[in-house]
Amino acid sequence: MNIVENFDLFAPRLINKKELLSPGHRACSGCGEVLAVRLMCKALGENTVIASATGCMEIISSMFPTTAWEVPWIHVAFENAASVASGIEAGLKALRKKGKIDDRYVKVVGMGGDGATMDIGFQALSGAMERGHDMIYVCFDNEAYMNTGIQRSSGTPMGASTTTAPAGKVSMGQKTWKKNMPEIMVAHGIPYVATACPSYPLDFIRKMEKAKSIKGPSYIHCFSMCPTGWRSPSHTAISMGRLAVETGAFPLYEVENGHYHLSSEMPKKFKPIKDYFKPQGRFRHLTADEIEMIQERVNIEYKKLVEKAKYLKI
Amino acid sequence: MGKRIGMEVAVAVAEAVGLCNIDMAAVYPITPQSHIAEHLSDLVADGRIDAEFVTVESEHSAMSAVIGASGTGARSYTATSSQGLMYMHELLPIASAMRLPICMAIANRAVSGPLNILNDHTDIMPQRDSGWISIFVENGQEAIDMSIMSFKIAEHKDVMLPVNVNIDGFQLTHMVEPFEMPTQEEVNQFLPPFVPHATLHPSKPVTMGAFAMSDYFAEIMKAKDEALKNSKKVILDVWNEWGKLFGRKYQPVETYKIEDADVLMLTMGSMGETAQIAIDELRAKGVKAGLVKLRLWRPFPLAEIKAVLKNAKKLIVTDRAISFGGPGGPVFSEVKSALYAEAKRPLIYNYIYGLGGRDMAVKDFTGMFEKVLADTTNQEADTYEFWGVRE
Amino acid sequence: MALKTWKELPIGCVVSEPGSASEYHTGSWRSQRPVWNDTKCIKCGICYVYCPEGCIQQSEDGFFQANLDYCKGCGICAHECWPHAISMVEEG
Repeated sequence: MNIVENFDLFAPRLINKKELLSPGHRACSGCGEVLAVRLMCKALGENTVIASATGCMEIISSMFPTTAWEVPWIHVAFENAASVASGIEAGLKALRKKGKIDDRYVKVVGMGGDGATMDIGFQALSGAMERGHDMIYVCFDNEAYMNTGIQRSSGTPMGASTTTAPAGKVSMGQKTWKKNMPEIMVAHGIPYVATACPSYPLDFIRKMEKAKSIKGPSYIHCFSMCPTGWRSPSHTAISMGRLAVETGAFPLYEVENGHYHLSSEMPKKFKPIKDYFKPQGRFRHLTADEIEMIQERVNIEYKKLVEKAKYLKI
Repeated sequence: MGKRIGMEVAVAVAEAVGLCNIDMAAVYPITPQSHIAEHLSDLVADGRIDAEFVTVESEHSAMSAVIGASGTGARSYTATSSQGLMYMHELLPIASAMRLPICMAIANRAVSGPLNILNDHTDIMPQRDSGWISIFVENGQEAIDMSIMSFKIAEHKDVMLPVNVNIDGFQLTHMVEPFEMPTQEEVNQFLPPFVPHATLHPSKPVTMGAFAMSDYFAEIMKAKDEALKNSKKVILDVWNEWGKLFGRKYQPVETYKIEDADVLMLTMGSMGETAQIAIDELRAKGVKAGLVKLRLWRPFPLAEIKAVLKNAKKLIVTDRAISFGGPGGPVFSEVKSALYAEAKRPLIYNYIYGLGGRDMAVKDFTGMFEKVLADTTNQEADTYEFWGVRE
Repeated sequence: MALKTWKELPIGCVVSEPGSASEYHTGSWRSQRPVWNDTKCIKCGICYVYCPEGCIQQSEDGFFQANLDYCKGCGICAHECWPHAISMVEEG
């Protein structure tokens, strides 16, 4: 598939030109996560307040006394971005109602990495979503605790080697399946859940814009390529995200009020998972049998998703 | 002047906070704070106060949510106790470093383990160094007054720090007491609108909670320490103003019959009232006993403490918490440290008492005095002892 | 920039200059730079969209270039440019 088809040739004309995350941030060279954050800001626009969890994006963007942010932004701790966002939403609502601030509609966004979202911040996120706050939560999933040095999280995929679940003579690395966070969010019965990846910028931006338009809680799970933690060359970051989608390892879909829809970016026929594993150092140790075992799981998971999309259509 | 009414203290605290035009409250239920949370939610449900009430899934999220709300410029309130306060612990120094004037009631309760729901001060003591203004109250009236005043202190432009008001769990929160509740008009006149130092709003984008390395961290800590120390002036001004308006004047350190006293006792919180009766009994017997009540825990009123304590011969510092394996109870350590440089200072005795809701009668306090006065060789000074523990 | 004293710090360390991180030039991290061949460029803007720094800009003539004050030399733009109009050149 020619990638350019998705851009209608003139991508810059289709997206908000305003940069709301300034250069000078300290993200690693080729960081797919900071690209995702940059694109998210473009989709959200200026009338946004962001609450960020501790993590790569927090550290690299807010080196006191400077900031890369051009939207209001707050960082409090690791596990509470969703609760902080819920408080911001409540505060702004009260102040607007009492006429203490101007009447413009401001979207509140919580953001965190896979560790901040799926592990330590799981409860706070569940609470905020359940309470029905008018907010978006975006999980930037780079599949391990990258900021602290590539330790495994519940978002780390089966077979990946990390610094706390390393591959060794008697270990294949991560021995558990990646937690299906988007499905857990769907189970909260919130109006909108979507998966996205910055390798598909227009799809990601469209989903962010949709989440922005919804009154109530929404959740975006954004696959965020990490050349440092995945041990892949920085220039391949975008293609790595594309391979995750093209092999079915990270399917792109959205769930609107419980109805599933597979994104048009999903290919009719998948590439084998080994094509995605091969360029990444974190998977290099895997044997053919182990890859086959993972391939089977990918096939089954995708089949389940297709079935849901068939029976729970939008 | 407000009406004189009888009411449960926890309910009255919620009523008082309801007079303060709060914009947002986030609370998680925990005994014995729950009645504050429940009554606040009643006030919101009945439309008596116009605020967002966020029923968070934990105390950690309660503090997180009020930090977020306060960051937008909303007057924000929470209340907790014991394990809930311990769960919030991580966020307390962040709230103060961000200089967010959050107000919080703490219904003081013992910290596990073992689980115990009754009163002592083991929950607040580990929060001592979190950079909050910390006030202890002795009775229901004071709980109401301090709750209202806490907003004015916290939000003062020269302060901008969070405040916790410590109300002994059950022993105060669940008592029905008579008190004077200020009227809405009186509170409106007393409490100006909250003018935040910065807000999370797109009209002026700011970054809060930026990351600081070794080149800035020490300066940031110093600035926070100075802010907390300097808050004392505002605290005194606000308490004085309250005294003029309502006739109830508060001091960082209250004294009772200390002028000619040879032996003094120092208490914090609701036990002061029982200790005061003990003083009267001892005086009737001819013992020159006096009482000092410490109301302001942070910023620590160093000068006031020195002034009232240094001339006594003996001093009993009572603690409702223990620093395990340390030099004594936390109040004892601080008072002793405050007096260290004085040429003339009392012998100091420390009793750890009333843990996990253990009852303290007047005779317990008179017993402490008797024991200290009987120590003619001064062997027991400068050490600590658990009072009333079965041997 | 001189470091502030504790007295000069803003209350709560609030940073009130949006985008001030741009004072820091990450271009010094770079070991290779992207060079555009405008004869091959079709002005599609993929390079601009995919730049993690947001430092690729379109000039008035419609062609693109990277702000080398910030470009970290990751090579994403060159890798993703389908007409192969960008090449990565070693820094001297």
